Amino acid sequence: MAGDAVLREVTLALPMVPEMEIEASKTATAVAESMKMSPDRIDEVRMAVVEACINAIEHSHAHEREVRVTFEVLGEKDPEKLRITVRDTGIGFVPEAMGEPRIEDKLKSQRKRGWGLKIIRGLMDEVEIHSGAEGTTVVMSKLR
Amino acid sequence: MTESLNVTVDRRDGLAVIYTEGYINNQGGEEIAKASYKLLDEGYKVLLLNLAGTKIVNSIGISILIEIIEKMIEIDGKLGFCCLTPTIDKTFQIMGLAQYAPIFPDETEAVAKMRPNA
Repeated sequence: MAGDAVLREVTLALPMVPEMEIEASKTATAVAESMKMSPDRIDEVRMAVVEACINAIEHSHAHEREVRVTFEVLGEKDPEKLRITVRDTGIGFVPEAMGEPRIEDKLKSQRKRGWGLKIIRGLMDEVEIHSGAEGTTVVMSKLR
Repeated sequence: MTESLNVTVDRRDGLAVIYTEGYINNQGGEEIAKASYKLLDEGYKVLLLNLAGTKIVNSIGISILIEIIEKMIEIDGKLGFCCLTPTIDKTFQIMGLAQYAPIFPDETEAVAKMRPNA
């Protein structure tokens, strides 16, 4: 069981411009490397961060065109878990109302997109989504 | 800050291999689609996407790959992938792409199994 003490914390305030998700993924890599996470797990974290940021850019419709991404290294004494929080101040959505995308449906559909949350849930150990009129916060964690 | 994608094509007997270098996002996906549809126009119905040079993709780019898979199904062609990073492989498995486009560990095996009449 990972301890919940925050050993290190980094927050980025990123403008909602194309490819800013790459900047978030670079920070994810640096923080995960600092806690000696394995390369394959770092890659998974990187991709999940990219997807969470893209969701914020594409779907939040936020007036404040900024995404805040916080990286927290958690543990009792040594780093045990990386927790990443991606926040926007957009219009929010109802996570439960989002249908589960299925490849067989997407192949027949005009709309091929809508995979972000499924990918994030598949790549991270824990994912929570809080969304409402004041925006959306995705909290995702991965053990070292 | 732009992460562009370079696409190169190797036309072989009955099959074409598309090599990517860089980030597969919406622009990257469009570059792959452009190369794929050009090959279809030239008569190639078996395409192999070698992603050895791609370390990161996003779901918008993958959605464009799904469009290519749909097109290949329509024309009774074949699209396969090889040389994926473990994370890209896992992502494709999560999305179910492997049900419609086979994934191979390396190019030699992919070419051997995808070549027409193999």
